[in-house]
Amino acid sequence: MQRHLISAADLTRDDAVLILDTAEEMARVADRPIKKLPTLRGRTIVNLFFEDSTRTRISFEAAEKRLSADVINFTAKGSSVSKGESLKDTAQTLEAMGVDAVVIRHGASGAPYRLATSGWIDAAVINAGDGTHQHPTQALLDAFTMRRRLVGRDAGIGQDLAGKRITIVGDILHSRVARSNVDLLHILGAQVTLVAPPTLVPVGIETWPCEVAYDLDSTLAKSDAVMMLRVQRERMNAAFFPTEREYSRRYGLDGDRMARMPEHAIVMHPGPMVRGMEITAEVADSDRCTVVEQVANGVSIRMAVLYLLLGGNEPAVSHTRIEEK
Amino acid sequence: MSKILIRGAKVLGGEPQDVLIDGSVIEAVGTGISDEGAEGAEVVDAAGKVLLPGLVDLHTHLREPGREDSETVLTGTRAAASGGYTAVFAMANTFPVADTAGVVEQVYRLGQQHGYCDVQPIGAVTVGLEGRKLAELGAMHESAAGVTVFSDDGKCVDDAVIMRRALEYVKAFGGVVAQHAQEPRLTEGAQMNEGVVSAELGLGGWPSVAEESIIARDVLLAEHVGSRVHICHLSTAGSVEIVRWAKSRGIDVTAEVTPHHLLLTDELVRSYNPVYKVNPPLRTQQDVLALREALADGTIDIVATDHAPHPHEDKDCEWAAAAMGMVGLETALSVVQETMVDTGLLDWAGVAERMSFKPAEIGRAKGHGRPVSAGEPANLMLVDTEYRGSVDPAGFASRSRNTPYEGRELPGRVTHTWLRGKATLVDGKLT
Ligand SMILES: [Zn+2]
Repeated sequence: MQRHLISAADLTRDDAVLILDTAEEMARVADRPIKKLPTLRGRTIVNLFFEDSTRTRISFEAAEKRLSADVINFTAKGSSVSKGESLKDTAQTLEAMGVDAVVIRHGASGAPYRLATSGWIDAAVINAGDGTHQHPTQALLDAFTMRRRLVGRDAGIGQDLAGKRITIVGDILHSRVARSNVDLLHILGAQVTLVAPPTLVPVGIETWPCEVAYDLDSTLAKSDAVMMLRVQRERMNAAFFPTEREYSRRYGLDGDRMARMPEHAIVMHPGPMVRGMEITAEVADSDRCTVVEQVANGVSIRMAVLYLLLGGNEPAVSHTRIEEK
Repeated sequence: MSKILIRGAKVLGGEPQDVLIDGSVIEAVGTGISDEGAEGAEVVDAAGKVLLPGLVDLHTHLREPGREDSETVLTGTRAAASGGYTAVFAMANTFPVADTAGVVEQVYRLGQQHGYCDVQPIGAVTVGLEGRKLAELGAMHESAAGVTVFSDDGKCVDDAVIMRRALEYVKAFGGVVAQHAQEPRLTEGAQMNEGVVSAELGLGGWPSVAEESIIARDVLLAEHVGSRVHICHLSTAGSVEIVRWAKSRGIDVTAEVTPHHLLLTDELVRSYNPVYKVNPPLRTQQDVLALREALADGTIDIVATDHAPHPHEDKDCEWAAAAMGMVGLETALSVVQETMVDTGLLDWAGVAERMSFKPAEIGRAKGHGRPVSAGEPANLMLVDTEYRGSVDPAGFASRSRNTPYEGRELPGRVTHTWLRGKATLVDGKLT
């Protein structure tokens, strides 16, 4: 494993499988009466959030606390980042406090990479979402969810997603979730198809390891999982598509479309869902939709990542599997 | 007056010759200048070095007035002298904006006063660079600064009517409008070249067409009203095609390319290091090769630095928050040597054409870009073309250090610069 987790593309296949396997171990902790491990006792982790995301912050915080780390939440929203001083200044403050890891969410693509490589700080850096670039723990929790559902909870141990066909639908252009997922799913051997109106597909996408389609209906029957991305309503005002209704008609997932997916196929969404536009309530509430599991799996994945980056050699749980790795 | 005898320099890269300077003018150029004629002259041994007319930069940001923490006329002209320049055109996007006779005269006088390099102010096309109302172009021309080049650089004159009027208006006194070609709507939120790398990095794209569409419009406007237009820092292969077409049609258009667009590509942005953040952005290798070819065949007329100094704190941050721009005066000739001369695309006479004669002609810089011959002003520079060394910004005369070449090996070193016979740089050291 590397010292930092900035991009899903930085992981090898074996790194990624190790994280997923470790997350299975971590998931067992959640089933215990006392959901806590002593692994990171005495370590200090800062959740440095320059952009609002209660869900992601709480997920990291839960993971950190279950590993017994000391947690500091730093919300920099509203502070001036126009000259970029706050990132460097904040980093140096944290460095002076001797923190071991920084979980950073930032509105600017590349900010976690700068933090990890500019010499401002020595701590491990974990990217919790940067601009429209990457959100690697989201991709890992998505892959974890897919592996559990499509391969099996126990059968999945040690396995990747070879041969699985994943369709990601929506605002690819502005989505760090899409970028992270394309990278990670490719590393794990899955075949990815991105579906979006051409206005929401980035220029230069041709080098990505995936297919691109503009038509949702023709991809549904060939999908083991369909991941719906959130489409922000303000995109409509910027003429990315004509109307909300037209978007829903062409790219929304409703019951009819879901019926065209194979029996075993699942519906995913990184949340928070806006019901009606990209996904109907009927689909969102169906048992094929994994949104709630994704949230629970997020904690296990983040525990695994923190453990592997910071835990060093101690076993995470009293099983031999991790020691063998 | 003092005499200087430059011995054995390869004038414009040709056979070794001696050049005798008497006071502010060149007295003689030849192979047999006797010691008699040069009696009492200070002798500069230039064996192996190339002698060029003092370089002229049509696109410099000196930051004074307003951002003296980045650069001043003094530090900027010292940087220019270090790079072999004897004249620079100072862009108008200062605070206050150089949109009145008062501001341009102040900048001009500071250049004269310091004496390192002539400073020819560029006047804003529109009041406050706001693109709405023409600035007093005539008053700036008639001022002591004698402004002939007008530009809203940093911003595009995107209103087609304002651009048309500016092009027409400056005809009255032989002026030229230098356009920063950037369609503003197509570049909202732009952070880097739009393409494969921006798609991957998730940085807002600056598409080539945003530059090309403005250039296409402006050459057609220039043709329609019979005016002269200059395109700043052309950066794409498509822009080259449009300028080539315009010239073939007889349109009076000239164009410049920066050294960094001749060498660097958007692949460097993968580092997220804001030292590579510049406007227009670094493009692809295909664009770089097209620009070199166009500079060689004359489609692109000149090299201009777009020297854009910024203080450390404006670059030592995350990419999106960083200022755009790079310093360039002190490395320009080295980059041109690496990309154009050492590749065989241009000889030194070609470099003189593109970095001195032609920029002086476009900007009507009196006394600059003149032939190296008797009776001409002694604006000269010497370059040691055999030199190889890595760039160390700590030694820059510029107040800012935002160079993309730190630690990079570049060929060539400017050793001497003379402004009207007065040495401003001797053995690589400013006087
Ligand atoms: Zn410009």
